[in-house]
Formats: sequence, C-alpha cells, structure tokens
Amino acid sequence: MLGNDRIPKICLQTAAWGCASLTFGVLVFMAWLSIPVLRASDTVHILTLPWLPGQGQFGIGPMILGSLYISVLSLIMAAPVSFGAAIFIRITRPGTLGKFFQHLVEAMTAIPTVVYGFIGIFLIVPLIRETFVQGSGMCILSAAIMLSLVISPTMILIFSQSISSVPRQYTIAVEAMGATPAQKFLMIILPCAWKGILTGLILGFGRAVGDTLIALMISGNTIDFPRHILDSARTLTAHIALVTAADFDSMEFKTLFVCALTLYLLTCVGVFFARAAGKRQ
Amino acid sequence: MKNHSAVDIFLSFYAWCCAFILTSAVLTILGYLLFHGLSSLNLDLIFAHTPVMDALFLKKQVFGGLLPAITGTLALIFLSMLFALPVGIATGIFLSEFARSGTRKILGLMFDIMASLPSIVVGLFGFAVTIFLHQHFFKQLYPCLLISALCLAFLVIPYIIRSTQIALESLPPQVRLTGPALGATRTQNLWYVLIPMAAKEIIGGIILAIGRSAEDTAVIMLTGAVATAGVPNSIFSGYEALPFFIYYTAAEYANTSELMKAYGAALILLFICGGLYLFAYWIKRKVR
Repeated sequence: MLGNDRIPKICLQTAAWGCASLTFGVLVFMAWLSIPVLRASDTVHILTLPWLPGQGQFGIGPMILGSLYISVLSLIMAAPVSFGAAIFIRITRPGTLGKFFQHLVEAMTAIPTVVYGFIGIFLIVPLIRETFVQGSGMCILSAAIMLSLVISPTMILIFSQSISSVPRQYTIAVEAMGATPAQKFLMIILPCAWKGILTGLILGFGRAVGDTLIALMISGNTIDFPRHILDSARTLTAHIALVTAADFDSMEFKTLFVCALTLYLLTCVGVFFARAAGKRQ
Repeated sequence: MKNHSAVDIFLSFYAWCCAFILTSAVLTILGYLLFHGLSSLNLDLIFAHTPVMDALFLKKQVFGGLLPAITGTLALIFLSMLFALPVGIATGIFLSEFARSGTRKILGLMFDIMASLPSIVVGLFGFAVTIFLHQHFFKQLYPCLLISALCLAFLVIPYIIRSTQIALESLPPQVRLTGPALGATRTQNLWYVLIPMAAKEIIGGIILAIGRSAEDTAVIMLTGAVATAGVPNSIFSGYEALPFFIYYTAAEYANTSELMKAYGAALILLFICGGLYLFAYWIKRKVR
C-alpha cells in the first residue's frame, strides 16, 4: 500500500491546478460578462460617469472614488498608529509587555468585520454626527475610522515581522558601538526593513479596498460623487452588495461585473507590488 | 543627531501612544459590545419561547430566536470545510513536496491573488454562476446553502494551502530524509512521517480558516443567506446565518428588542470566532 508514487501525485497535482485555474476562471468570467458593457459605451465613460440608472447611465465613477477615499483615509489613519505599535512591540518594549500587546493585535484579526461594522453604527456614527453637526454621521470619515481598526492588525504584524527580520549581526554591532534604541532604529532597522513596511502598506490598502461590510454599514451608500470626508459615499464592494437586480440581462446588473473586474485587477496590482517589494528584501 | 535622548524619548513616547490608542480602541469596542450584549444573552435569545429540547430535536420550529441562524452558520462551516479541506490540503502538499520551482512560482502567484480577492467578488461570481446555471441547465437551482458553502470554500482554500505548505516546509531535513533512507516511497514517507509530524500546525491553520468562514458576510449575502428561513433542512434552500442576521438587523431593526437580539448575535459570533482563535493558538503553542 502507498507504494506507488504516481497516482497520489496526479491527484495532488489536479487539486493544485484546479484551484489555480478556478482563480483564473473568475477573472475570465468577470471579463467575459464585462465586455458587453464596455463595448456599449466608452470604457473611460464607465469609469468616470455618475450612476443614474433612470437615465441609462451606468458609470461607476462615484464608487471608484468612494473606494479610494475611504481606503486612503483609513490607511492615513492606520499606518502611523500601526507603525508606532510595531515599534512598541519590537523596540520600546520587546519583553513581556510587547509580547502581550502582540497577542492582543493577533487576537484582533479574529474579530468579525460585521461586528466592527455593527459597533460602528452605534458608537462612531453618533459621535461623528454630534461632533460635526452635519448630516447623519454615516460618512467617509466614520467608515474610515472603523476600517482603520480592521486593517491595522495586518499592517502591525507585517511591520513587526520586517523589523525583526533585520539581521542580528547588524543590530548587535550598532548596539556595541553605543547607539541608543532610536539611533539603532533610524540608522539600521529602517533602511533594512523599509521594503517590508511597504509590503505591509500595500496589503493594508488591499484589505481596505476589498472590505465590504464596514463601508456598506456605515458610509451611507449614496451614489453621488463624494467631495468631502463628511459626505456619504458608496464603495465598489458595497455597490456590488446593494444592486441585486433580479434581471440577469439588465445593464444595471452587468455593470457589477465591471466593478468586480476593477476590484480583481486592483487586487492583482497589489499582489504584484507586494511580491516585488518582498522579493528584493 | 546630537540630542540622543530627545529623539529616544520621542520615539518611545510615540510608540507608547500608538499602543495605547489601539488597545483602548479595541477595549472600547469589546467593552461596548459586552455591556450591551451580555444582558440579552439567555436561553430565550436562542430558543425564543420554544422548549429547548423540542427545538434541538426539531420537533418545533423556533420563531424569533437565534437557533436557525446559529445552525445555519454551523452548517455553512461544516459544508465549506468539507469542500475546502481535501482540496486545500492536497494543494499545500503538492506545493511543498512535489512541485518544481517554476510551477511553485506560478501557483504561488495564483494563490496570492486568490487569498487577496475581495470576498464580495467571490460572492458575485457564485451568484452569477448560479443564475447562469439556473437559466440554462437547472431550473430549480437558486442561491442556497450549497452555493454559499462552495464560495466560502473558495475563500478559505488559500489559507489552508498556505498553512499546510508552511507546516510541511518547516519540518527539519533529518525527518524528511529518514523515511526514504529506510526504503519508504515518497508517498509512504509523506503519509506515515511528514503529515503526522506537521498535523498540529496544519490543524491550527484549519481552525483559523474555520473562523474566516464563520465570520464572512459579503459572500453569503449574495449567495443565499436570507432573513427568515428556519433551521436549514436542505442544502438547496436559503438559510439564516449569524453574520447576515447582524448586518440585516442593524439595517432594518424596528424596535429595541430586535436590536438587543442583534447585540446578542454579535456577542455569540464574537465568542465563536474568539474561541476558535484561542483553540488554534493553544494547538500551535503545543507544537513549539
């Protein structure tokens, strides 16, 4: 029994290539269903025009902008804090307290996104509404605050990993020369680890763009072009979740595949960059 | 950099601030949820006013309780793992033991993309394929438990692949060589030595994957989760699930008691995911 190597290998090979081709299949499927829409009007128009189904306009411009606004804002809020938290884990308190904090961050990855969204509705939204006395509080800012909590564990763990992967010889040598922790960090660790930090930022941004529930639950979902961080906005992901037209052949439904294709391609770009940054480290 | 101490103090002050902000944010969220959710946690939350035994043995349908949503989530986990585990583990083994380096690169890229695809894209894919099949082949097929489980499997497979691959690759070379040196074939070595040695690490990864399939909402809201369905009795029908219940109630609640139920549901989901996380952590810890 189990003396033959060929059959198991073929089974395993089939599973692996099956998964890979399924991933590729999703891309082909999305592209195939997007073609009619992209052909019917200019690609540029689809990506920049507003969404007015009543007038036959199915541009996804507002959603692309909404996705970018929310993701960039959440990254702006999460990145400095994550960076500081990684410094805390690796440099300021590398002992018990740092370890404990790292466990806390790891445990944060287990909190369901829908719970963040749910709490956001009742905690952040009223807070924003009362602070700025404008609108319903369901806005880009609220969503970005909650989203920054969702993406920060990913970034912290990657940052702290890249800080710790700086060769020991370097850090010991610089310590022996009498450098303070800050000097060690700025002169040795940062120059060595910045590519890992870049990877963390890319992956954090990718998570922010790909998240559906936070934006869907607390950014308000209006289809106008967002102009201000207190404006309500709709992301690409929330847009897909909201338009569930029963008519498979309607233009409205088909543009969803353009959204999905955009998200897929954005993901690919992110993965390529993250891999490129990781490789040269 | 003349003033060493000032920079040092600033850096550590900054790090302390960041750690403090994050910790207090998490504690605020958890505290808020516990504060509001704990009071609604009781048997009525789950079983409404149906007698517990009748409900568990499906003698009576539970109306207004969370039992259908909880069973729906458990059914989803079970089914999605049924699909994801064999494929994911097989692929992980293939990548670490059999694939040549070129193949490994291509497949690795595909699985990186697969892992970072937004779940809503996977959900839309599942939904569109279902509608397509419904229109052209199977008239009775609608978005249902089976479709959701398949999509969730797609979502978690890359995590299972990654953890299997890493677990196998991190085995020491001595272990890897002993079996073949005694005349074992590659398959025998894999089956009797390598997989048992890596099992705990693999299981840790699987449990984290279960957590992901329990919490994901974007996929199931497009592929068959509905507001009321009762305890699932067929894989070809709609079903309720905890994350979808939370989302749905947050958007549509009519009164405080419904909202309190959502708090309870959020707390239960948090306990499930937190419990799975701790379990995985415990297993991984035993490995080291």
